Amino acid sequence: MNGLKWTYEVDGSDFTRAGEASSNVKKNLRKLGVSPEVIRKVSIALYEGEINMVIHANGGKIDVEMTPEKIDMVLADTGKGIPDIEQAMQEGWSTAPDEVRSLGFGAGMGLPNMKKYSDEMRIESTVGVGTTVYMTVYIK
Amino acid sequence: MNVQDVMRVLEAELVCGEENLDLEVHNACGSDMMSDVLAFVKDQAVLLTGLVNIQVVRTADMMDMVCIVFVRGKEPDADMIALAKRRGMVVLKTKHRMFTACGLLWENGLRGGGTDERAKMDI
Repeated sequence: MNGLKWTYEVDGSDFTRAGEASSNVKKNLRKLGVSPEVIRKVSIALYEGEINMVIHANGGKIDVEMTPEKIDMVLADTGKGIPDIEQAMQEGWSTAPDEVRSLGFGAGMGLPNMKKYSDEMRIESTVGVGTTVYMTVYIK
Repeated sequence: MNVQDVMRVLEAELVCGEENLDLEVHNACGSDMMSDVLAFVKDQAVLLTGLVNIQVVRTADMMDMVCIVFVRGKEPDADMIALAKRRGMVVLKTKHRMFTACGLLWENGLRGGGTDERAKMDI
């Protein structure tokens, strides 16, 4: 793999900065002439993931790699982990605190949206250790 | 209709984005839940919301929206306006409540999305 790579540290202490990495990826993809549909899928999937990292895991690290065929995203945190991934994937299931809902998130749509907009998604999580989400969007 | 028409119909005040008032818009979405906006919206150009924080602007940006309307007299803060400016988005504020604002735009030809169109979405 000799793709373009971008790495971001996501600050978990500041909700107002959540989305900066996704926004930067979007800008990079646009400069590279990637199709608007692919850009939107990547941006939304990554943005929801970034919000999740801030809400649930006190931040983390995002790695994005782009090749002519696809865009791979890896979102790794050292948060509290997900005890039941299947349950967490259900629309409406949320463990977010109420104050997050008042900010327009935390309605249990994050992971379902990430799955919806990525072509492939895999979650590895260990309670007390952290969560890593792997997402891929294919460039058609 | 264009953004200027949205402004007229909603008797809205321009916060920023004067240079983009001529942009054509055909669809709008009204929501305070940003994850719903991210889930159900496609090719909608106008976001009406009563939620005031920077994630509203980021959400609109991710969705390639061209205009954000804050309803019920809500005031965006300086950071939100600065980000909207950087993204070339028009920001408006109207005294109308969400229901009335959406109704006025619908009456004047804007259409929505959401669950009806969800089935048609190809992503």
